[in-house]
Amino acid sequence: MPRRPRVALVALFFLTLASLVFALLSGAVAITPYEWLEILQGQPTLAAEVVWELRLPRALAGFACGALLAFAGTLMQALLRNPLADPYILGVSGGASIGALASILLGLGGLALDVFAFGGALAALLLVFGLAHGDGSWTQTRLLLTGVMVAAGCGALVTLMLAIAPEARLRGMLFWLMGDLAQTLSPFPPLIFLGVALLLALPFTRELNLLGRGAESAQTLGVNVRFLRRLVYFLAALATAAAVTSAGAIGFIGLVVPHLTRLAIGNDQRLLLPAATLLGGTLLMAADTLARTLIAPEQLPVGVLTALLGVPLFLFLLSRGKGRAP
Amino acid sequence: MSALPLLRIEGLEVRIGTHLLCRDLNLQIFPGDALVILGKNGAGKSTLLATLSGLRAPHKGHILLSGQSYAEQDARAAARRRSWLGQQRGDPFAATVLEAALAGRHPHLGRWQWEGEADTRLAQAALAEVGLQNFQSRDVQTLSGGERQRLAIASLLTQEAPLMLLDEPLTHLDLNHQIAALEIFRRRVTEGAAFVAVLHEPGLAWRYGTKVLLMYGDGETEIGAVDTLLTPERLSRLYGHPLLRVEQAGRVAFVPA
Repeated sequence: MPRRPRVALVALFFLTLASLVFALLSGAVAITPYEWLEILQGQPTLAAEVVWELRLPRALAGFACGALLAFAGTLMQALLRNPLADPYILGVSGGASIGALASILLGLGGLALDVFAFGGALAALLLVFGLAHGDGSWTQTRLLLTGVMVAAGCGALVTLMLAIAPEARLRGMLFWLMGDLAQTLSPFPPLIFLGVALLLALPFTRELNLLGRGAESAQTLGVNVRFLRRLVYFLAALATAAAVTSAGAIGFIGLVVPHLTRLAIGNDQRLLLPAATLLGGTLLMAADTLARTLIAPEQLPVGVLTALLGVPLFLFLLSRGKGRAP
Repeated sequence: MSALPLLRIEGLEVRIGTHLLCRDLNLQIFPGDALVILGKNGAGKSTLLATLSGLRAPHKGHILLSGQSYAEQDARAAARRRSWLGQQRGDPFAATVLEAALAGRHPHLGRWQWEGEADTRLAQAALAEVGLQNFQSRDVQTLSGGERQRLAIASLLTQEAPLMLLDEPLTHLDLNHQIAALEIFRRRVTEGAAFVAVLHEPGLAWRYGTKVLLMYGDGETEIGAVDTLLTPERLSRLYGHPLLRVEQAGRVAFVPA
């Protein structure tokens, strides 16, 4: 591995740790330095419970969901050879939203909501795969159009459900749609998902570089394009499903983090994929910390924050990058 | 001559839908061969080349790369035996010229292996051969059409496949770069490689080909030596326009009458 990107990866790792520490230190409950001393000594105080039972799981869930979304976005952009692709473009989040809203409408919460959301996401990803696959010619245009259409259909159904929903349930539905880590039950399912997805994807990152330059040339360079496309599609869609199920449809991370990472370290997927994954987790963890502290004890939906902070940051970097281009 | 041809085609039939492009095509390519495919637009030259490179399945017949069909070898093994230069150029994301040239090393590298110094030297040599030695750190998205084409050729050269399948390798190239590119391919051929190229210029086929394949677009094909097939009569029929043969200083050109 060349030296410069290796340095970037290590720096990113420390940024992740800093974001985790920030998440543990911040919150509605103020913890004094003395209490921190007790916590670090392992004493079972109330403050320790706040840190280990509330803040740590939430920070980990934020990291896992952000990482999954950035991972899925990076893969989708390579698969569709389209810089505008994001994890939601193929309708996975639409399917999850229908499932989640149906569950809220039925008055089901907790685990049932997660099951409904994940089921909806799975249904959408299989529907898109089946329709796009069709006669076997699986071009990215066909996949993209099929996905966008399914997403549009899901969007209409979501609007319909919001329109007929009783007043009392609307707030919960809207929070779910905007993306909110307060609803996450446990950080471990998305974390495990993330680990497995990364392990499956990392061996194929050089092939992803070639796929990004064109399917036919990739095939003649020795890439099994048919297999790779399916692998990438399912990994990206399942990663999205896992993230959306845990935290709702959090925007911005999946689209912009891959581009942010690209601006910093280039487009070699061997570095881009792990770096974007780390950065996505780090940013969502930090954004969620802000979301639950800015107007504490009230909480903002983190999806609003990611978009509000991310969009100007990205536009700034983009305009700076243009001036630097050779 | 080695026993196994780099490419062996037996009874090949290629169709697009119901449209017949060639039938019962038999052909062997050995090291040192340079086959040029000529034909009108839409005669199926690119489709035939894509079939030979394994991107499309033939309607009938067999294609053997060094004795093995595409089904009998994995994609990486095939990529070490033949390279393919397509017509599509698209780079939706930024990458440096050197990175793009290194893409040809993929079939030679293990799954976890990074390109080493030897690979970089090879890519730099290939870039120098196509005149892009000073472009290494340029973004491919800033290149002109002709520069992109030369970069694609450099990337093909780093693949080091003995059989090069070239679909219109001279697209976007100026005359000087056209000759330079063909000289590069000819040099590889004298070193034991071979190429099959789709060209538009019968004069260049005359100069750089050892054999030609004429595709008439209705399923009829002719294959043979350059000087027997490249006659004004045949070419006039091939292109559907009368052509005159002009010869000067040992070079041959065919000009529209």
